[in-house]
Amino acid sequence: MYGNDFSAPGEAPGEAPRPRPATADEPVSFAAVIADDGRVEPRDEMPEGYRRTLVRQIAQHAHSEIIGMQPEGNWISRAPSLRRKAILMAKVQDEAGHGLYLYAAAETLGADRADLLDQLHSGRQKYSSIFNYPTLTWADVGAIGWLVDGAAIVNQVPLCRCSYGPYARAMVRVCKEESFHQRQGFEILHTLSHGTAEQKAMAQDAVDRYWWPSLMMFGPPDDDSPNSAQSMAWGIKRFSNDDLRQRFVDMTVPQAEALGLTLPDPEIRWNEERGHYDFGDIDFTELFEVIKGNGPCNAQRLAHRVKAHDDGAWVREAASAYAAKQSARSEGAA
Amino acid sequence: MRDWPLWEVFVRSRRGLSHVHAGSLHAPDAEMALRNARDLYTRRQEGVSLWVVRSSDIEASTPDERDSFFDPAADKIYRHPTFYDVPEGVEHL
Repeated sequence: MYGNDFSAPGEAPGEAPRPRPATADEPVSFAAVIADDGRVEPRDEMPEGYRRTLVRQIAQHAHSEIIGMQPEGNWISRAPSLRRKAILMAKVQDEAGHGLYLYAAAETLGADRADLLDQLHSGRQKYSSIFNYPTLTWADVGAIGWLVDGAAIVNQVPLCRCSYGPYARAMVRVCKEESFHQRQGFEILHTLSHGTAEQKAMAQDAVDRYWWPSLMMFGPPDDDSPNSAQSMAWGIKRFSNDDLRQRFVDMTVPQAEALGLTLPDPEIRWNEERGHYDFGDIDFTELFEVIKGNGPCNAQRLAHRVKAHDDGAWVREAASAYAAKQSARSEGAA
Repeated sequence: MRDWPLWEVFVRSRRGLSHVHAGSLHAPDAEMALRNARDLYTRRQEGVSLWVVRSSDIEASTPDERDSFFDPAADKIYRHPTFYDVPEGVEHL
């Protein structure tokens, strides 16, 4: 899954770093590592803006992973077969794992996981807008795996070369696991699209609903993406939003043909001159509305997350109490 | 959870290889740290053995002193076999 690291225009960018020129006030050792395309490691000197940008991006990414468990978790109890159920449980468990890899990476920058969760729960930090859409049918589980995880992979593969070592290493693990996620989604849709007319219609409906939101996962157009230049200069981001989006479209159009499904954009056609697929304009007002909290499921996702956290408090307390008791016992025996 | 210590996780991917740092996690005690590490870092048979070490127990060299700390090795190139001239035709040396 993937966390979008951008705000709607005019929206107070909660934890956003102040934009700053790439070369001012940077520790010499940091500038040298970046210039050399090397990796910055946790205890190295780094500009405060770099640290804050990374904490914000990694936290949003981590939040997206754990919130992303909900739309799919919604279908575990209703998966159509034991095979599908086992696969879906493994996938949702992976998302939890991805969240933990990323929280651990954020903590190497001095952030505290409990604080980051507080900021998610109080709405001060965001998660990917894609998870504010509902999963209405079983086919949506397929569409999420194929399109949402597919878009996530396109975004995340370059992050494996991110200048911050712990983030890059976490992304290597995540990317390895995402390819199973994407294939299982593709397989679900392939099965449905080669089933009855009703099943095929269900698959088409899911693709119709998830296509545009998936394209929006790459963020606003480059002209409208104020923090991108600084992130590129720092080696956090390697490709622009529009370049990644184009890569995703180019990858996905032939896959849709293999599925026998139609992408809901009449303007998609191969452009011989560019060597890419052209596609229609994206309605970004929808994206910004969802980011602002006005998507179909924003309130539900956050309420569920907070409830799960609160309901789990006794487990955390019991584990602490047990650890304290064991520790007291071993001291008593010594 | 706020006061659970941080643990560093090391995974031996197969027998014959050494343990390699995989990441970190929070857990109230060593036993839970091991169980969590299994669930987090070896879901796909990535390991045959796990170590967990409290992060606070690790003593590390400081990045700032990197140069002076590792400098003594820099001027001893005679420690490398490539330093030595070997006459043409001499083998197995």
